[in-house]
Amino acid sequence: MKPTNTNNPNHFHKVVDCQWACPAHTDVPEYIRKIAQGDFTQAYMLNRESNIFPGILGRVCDRPCEPACRRGRTNQKPVAICRLKRVAADHRGDISAHMPIIPKNKNGKRVALIGAGCASLAVANDLMPIGYECTIFEALKEPGGLMRSNIPSFRLPANVLNEEINAIVDMGADLRLNHPIESMKSLLAEGYDAVFVGTGAPKGKELKLPGREEATANIHIGITWLESVAFGHLDAIGKRVLIIGVGNTAMDCCRTSLRLGAKDVKVMARKPRDFFKASDWELEDAEEENVEIIVNHSPKEFVLEDGRLVGMKFEQVEYDIEYGRIVNQWTTGEIVVPCDDVILAIGQENAFPWIERDLGMEFDQWEVPVVDETTFESTLPGVFFGGDSAFGPKNIIWAVEHGHQAAISIHRHCQGKALTERLPVLMNLGSRKMGMHEWSFSNDFDPAARRKMEHVELDQRFKDLTTEVELGFTAEQAQQEVERCLNCDIQTVFFDSLCIECDACLDICPTQCLTITTNADKGDLFGQLRAPRREPEQPLYVSEPLKQTTRVMVKDENLCLHCSLCAERCPTAAWDMQKSGFEFPRAIDHNGTS
Amino acid sequence: MTYITKPRIDLPGQSTNKIGLLRRDYEGVLSTLCAGCGHDSITAAIVQAFWELSIPPEKVVKLSGIGCSSKTPAYFISGAHGFNSVHGRMPSVATGALAGNRDLVCIGVSGDGDSLSIGFGQFGHAVRRNINMLYIIENNGVYGLTKGQFSASADKGSKAKRGEINQWKNIDSVSTAISMGGSFAARSFSGDREQLVTLIKAGVMHPGCAILDVVSPCVTFNDHLGSTKSYLYTRDHYHPALETDFVAPANEITTSYAEGESTVVELHDGSKLLLKKADSGYDATNRSKVLRYLEQQRARGEVVTGLLFINAELPEMHLIYGTSKTAMKDLRFDKLNPGSLALAELQSRMR
Repeated sequence: MKPTNTNNPNHFHKVVDCQWACPAHTDVPEYIRKIAQGDFTQAYMLNRESNIFPGILGRVCDRPCEPACRRGRTNQKPVAICRLKRVAADHRGDISAHMPIIPKNKNGKRVALIGAGCASLAVANDLMPIGYECTIFEALKEPGGLMRSNIPSFRLPANVLNEEINAIVDMGADLRLNHPIESMKSLLAEGYDAVFVGTGAPKGKELKLPGREEATANIHIGITWLESVAFGHLDAIGKRVLIIGVGNTAMDCCRTSLRLGAKDVKVMARKPRDFFKASDWELEDAEEENVEIIVNHSPKEFVLEDGRLVGMKFEQVEYDIEYGRIVNQWTTGEIVVPCDDVILAIGQENAFPWIERDLGMEFDQWEVPVVDETTFESTLPGVFFGGDSAFGPKNIIWAVEHGHQAAISIHRHCQGKALTERLPVLMNLGSRKMGMHEWSFSNDFDPAARRKMEHVELDQRFKDLTTEVELGFTAEQAQQEVERCLNCDIQTVFFDSLCIECDACLDICPTQCLTITTNADKGDLFGQLRAPRREPEQPLYVSEPLKQTTRVMVKDENLCLHCSLCAERCPTAAWDMQKSGFEFPRAIDHNGTS
Repeated sequence: MTYITKPRIDLPGQSTNKIGLLRRDYEGVLSTLCAGCGHDSITAAIVQAFWELSIPPEKVVKLSGIGCSSKTPAYFISGAHGFNSVHGRMPSVATGALAGNRDLVCIGVSGDGDSLSIGFGQFGHAVRRNINMLYIIENNGVYGLTKGQFSASADKGSKAKRGEINQWKNIDSVSTAISMGGSFAARSFSGDREQLVTLIKAGVMHPGCAILDVVSPCVTFNDHLGSTKSYLYTRDHYHPALETDFVAPANEITTSYAEGESTVVELHDGSKLLLKKADSGYDATNRSKVLRYLEQQRARGEVVTGLLFINAELPEMHLIYGTSKTAMKDLRFDKLNPGSLALAELQSRMR
């Protein structure tokens, strides 16, 4: 194989699995170290740089970082990255001195942002410090988008939401509440320099089955129902509730029902558990509240008596599953499950009835605008999309990243520069060696298990809608949890010219991730590795030919635990532990002449 | 060396040997030798060989004398029996241990100072008695613990770290062992893991005293230009005379070699050694030819490695003495100690 080019930032970035998996590339190991040092404010600001809403995301993020966490490869649970984010948010000091300075003299460019959700707020966050005038149009009476309307306050308290939204609005954005945009054409006529659409995916999917029309009073669309609850239009539901669907919205619906008076809540799933869309932890939290999740039931019809909903009929289905895929299914019977209310949580879609089709904006076959995946621009120059409205429902952290990227595009667009010529990601490497066996990071492997998040007692939870269930980590829990981080950003860097091939690193490595061998083609080289290669997606490091024997050093990045024992053992300092820092260009970095 | 212990990591899908142990179970405590010491590589090779042979740790006795090399038994097979003896006296302790329990798998680790200077006599008699053990000499050509003076194995003309040139001819443990009537003499290099592991396995399974001299560079005092025991010098002058395959009992030899290019040596337990000749005409079973060959290569300054001499038919100590087939520790007490009457009778026969 060819020697690995470690000058390409992607190689080492991929090694920091959490940061690589995070759509906004939050510098997780560094903020965890800041927490370990007790510097919560800096930990918060480091988060804010990438993900803008640390307090919100520390509670409700979809956490793509955690399944990616290296800890998971040692037969342990991942580091509680998300909950540590909340620790930073809960304990931070005054951040006003660290916030970007908003120029008094504006740059004369006006941007319209439609929808005050996470995507639009992210765009405003990036553009206000450059001097843009941002106007945010919001249809509802409060900003926040789905973060406010769809995420119940027992998971995300209103004060946390308000604080982080205000931090952006207070930069001087013109927030116009109760101001739905009814026509793109008339908005464009107002002469904005750019328009950003961050309206989410506001349309809940319908389930057209017999009885739907007749029983409509007791059948609710999940996201609309959650919105009504969030804004106080609804405060009760029947005793027996069925939720159709097992996504994260379904979990919010069933837990909210319990707080509105429901006593018997069942989540009805069409497929077995392995096929659920909801995150494992959301399923666990719902089941902890005695929500029953019933698998292999496919809805057939709404059952009415005297014009009132009394139950729902399901087909019981069995499946043949091979290698995680359903290859065959058949019905074994039918059952009527009695209920008072049904909530449909089977997905949501974009809807753009307010965008005229004669503006020159191209729509695809599903009536969704065609949006460029890098620039987030529609086919109508100057109109950008982000968040769920761009590529369908994802999550908050993706919407934030869309916002960052769209802000870069808007800034380049307003300067008349090509949108595609964006700045590259930059990488810095710096040694962490302090002395003979001293490193400026906690390198000793800590075998501790993941700390468990404490919850409010069950009997205290259902009194009202706003009692936050998770209590947050105690100081002791946080202190132990930060030590579980393996410091993947402190890279094991190899200098082939110094190696004398004494094998010391190979022998001390606790995972046998290092091999010195004769270079060969991919397949042959994989076969020679001392520990079998299990994750083909993970990078392999191959050195230049070594001086004495022309063999090569190979490191399976998948298995390296960054314990630095190789660097401690090396007699010639051919291994070093170096911190990799990545700089992700933001809109403000695109001020230059390029 | 390092200060933090190598952590035990529970990786999914780690392989275990035939008796269900992980490689980690054959490791010892954290090494306190210099980082990059060849001895640590040999330790790792011992770990790998014993793990692959699936030898129960409690069946192993590991012995040593004094020196850097003699520290190493602490670094492998924590579950084994062990004895760290007086300088150069490891072979005596090995003789005693094996006399008492012939079922033990015995590994002695010694150095060039421990075996070729103070313990030279002990070394010779262990070879002569053909004690059933693997006798490893970790050979770095210097006294590391006393700051790098030349040892008896240092080559004439080799340069010390501070510049002086060695004036003495070296003692070669391999040719010494062969000329003393040894049954197994091999040389390897700490930087050739594959060969070393095979030779350790062959030495463990060989029924007799297996001398394995391993060139093991001292990174602190003998890894400079001008040294003949450095990593670079050894690699530049490395000359495997033959390759060895170890084939465990019940396994078939699967590779085929041209007639006259390989020799098969069968050991008593049914395992086989397949010797593939790198140098044509090399015959590891012909003592006089081997000695002549070694002398020729020595003149060229080459580091000849491999299983250089083997005679699996030579009887080991217990066979020569005709001792009980049952290990002495397993004999009933009245058989082991027949009492004072039996002693008196024995003595009366000698009057």
